[in-house]
Amino acid sequence: MSTRIYDSPLRYDLQIIASWIQPGSKVIGLGCGEGDLLDFLKRHKQIHETGIEIMEERVAVCIEKGLSAIQGDIFEEITDYPDDAFDYVILSQTLQQVYEPLELIRSMMRIGKKVIVSFPNFGHWHVRLQVLTCGHAPVTPQLPYQWYDTPNIRVISIKDFRKFADQVGFRILREVAINTDNYERTGSNVRFLPNLMATYGIYMIGRKK
Amino acid sequence: MSEYITHDLTGETIGQVEKKFFTFAEPPHEMVLDSGARLGPITLAYETCGTLSAEKDNVILVLHALTGDSHAAGVYGPNDTKPGWWDNMIGPGKGIDTDRYFVICSNVLGGCMGTTGPSSMNPKTGKPYGMDFPFITIADMVRAQKALLDHLGIEKLLSLIGGSMGGMQVLQWAVQYPEMVYSAIPLATTMRHSALAIAFNEVARQAITADPHWNNGRYYGGQKPDLGLSVARMIGHITYLSDEAMRSKFGRRLQDKDDFSYNFEGDFQVESYLRYQGAKFVERFDANSFLYITKAADYFDLSSFHDESSGVKVFSRAMARFLVVSFTSDWLYPTYQSREMVKAMKKSGLNVSFCEIEAEWGHDAFLVPNERLTNLVKGFLDSVYQNIR
Repeated sequence: MSTRIYDSPLRYDLQIIASWIQPGSKVIGLGCGEGDLLDFLKRHKQIHETGIEIMEERVAVCIEKGLSAIQGDIFEEITDYPDDAFDYVILSQTLQQVYEPLELIRSMMRIGKKVIVSFPNFGHWHVRLQVLTCGHAPVTPQLPYQWYDTPNIRVISIKDFRKFADQVGFRILREVAINTDNYERTGSNVRFLPNLMATYGIYMIGRKK
Repeated sequence: MSEYITHDLTGETIGQVEKKFFTFAEPPHEMVLDSGARLGPITLAYETCGTLSAEKDNVILVLHALTGDSHAAGVYGPNDTKPGWWDNMIGPGKGIDTDRYFVICSNVLGGCMGTTGPSSMNPKTGKPYGMDFPFITIADMVRAQKALLDHLGIEKLLSLIGGSMGGMQVLQWAVQYPEMVYSAIPLATTMRHSALAIAFNEVARQAITADPHWNNGRYYGGQKPDLGLSVARMIGHITYLSDEAMRSKFGRRLQDKDDFSYNFEGDFQVESYLRYQGAKFVERFDANSFLYITKAADYFDLSSFHDESSGVKVFSRAMARFLVVSFTSDWLYPTYQSREMVKAMKKSGLNVSFCEIEAEWGHDAFLVPNERLTNLVKGFLDSVYQNIR
């Protein structure tokens, strides 16, 4: 089933994240790119936004759009904010690219009341099939890189993330598994065998009470 | 800071502008300076472009760097071929769009382009102040600008923008009169001079004071310390460029010759460039002003304002939204100094944006036409203006 949450040019996974944000809240996007999500949230939900992005060309696009954005490394930039500085801390499709995911998630939990994380699901059948049948590192529409040029240095599946939450000790507040291509504006939520059938996992997590 | 080296004559210019003067602090109501000294009367030279809105909510104050002046944009007359120092940024449809905003730029206190400085007449003696001119600070410059805005009936600034020492004034404004400032754009600047920056300024000052014509500042009406001032300017120009910029601009190329001359007349293009810049500078700048203004920049330390012990605390006074910009090849005020500023702003809970622009032109990059910078300024101002309306 194909659904659209907003009539917007936002990517489907970002539409899901957008639907979770309360109007008027303080939101920081880590690795915010050109600020599509923050811009959407600012227009439609009147959020107070901050973006962190390392690439000059991208952070410049954010600022030109009128967004507040800082060029810098997310690990360094995050340390400057006081505890609970934000209502939401968003890390969209970047977790699989960070060197110290646990440290990052702990920092995100410190500066924000709620943390939203999304990542490509390495448990998807397409990935499994390629490894099994062809015996090479998987290359899929969601993971289009070769082993030698991929920025994705962490292999995470939906199953892994759930286990990680349990072991590290944070609560999963919301969970959605989706099927979509990277540039698809539409997608569908996967409820049946998500770790096998979904291309992306999107989570809202919080501290254990 | 090498104002007037680069012009973008392709864009539409604002056209004719007029230098105006405002005099205040007439005795016995002299302005009390940071040093404790009193100064008055004070005249400020200023220029405006664009139209002040009925709500007076579209004012942008432009702060110039060390050797700049009030002539930020436009020309003085139909035959004037030399537009203001930031004509590529200020004008109709430009980064600071004069179709929308009312732009004010005044010459700094201590300057020599129409504002009271060491070359001005000391009313007590009837002669130029010279070394009797009191020491001034960046905060004093800002105090004088505030008096001008009061005179113009302006209570709120949509934005403040300036590079280098102009950026110091932007920062000072944001903490000295926080309730007046909606937004601020410090470019290629710092919260305090590094030892390196002070060192270059000190060598430049010594070049002036070592010139016998300097005569302890009493040279008005006689021979001026042109040699010392031109050497000071050459030192400045070295710090405004970068290794990369010098390599591409000059390399080891020779000036008008194929072989070494084996004398000290100057062989290399870079030597010729520096000599030219030095010679040109003495025609328009006063050596004593250079001494006083560089000292003000060296004394500047935002974190010591109101005896605050840290940058974080000092920014907790500020209310403005900030856009901080640095340039990759700027070794006078390197990016780490802008990052330090951004960090302090973040810790104070301020709304701040930051971009480090890849540019080879060293510290001068903020004055050179740069599409990225123009678009950043434009987008930021648009957004601030939209928010307050």
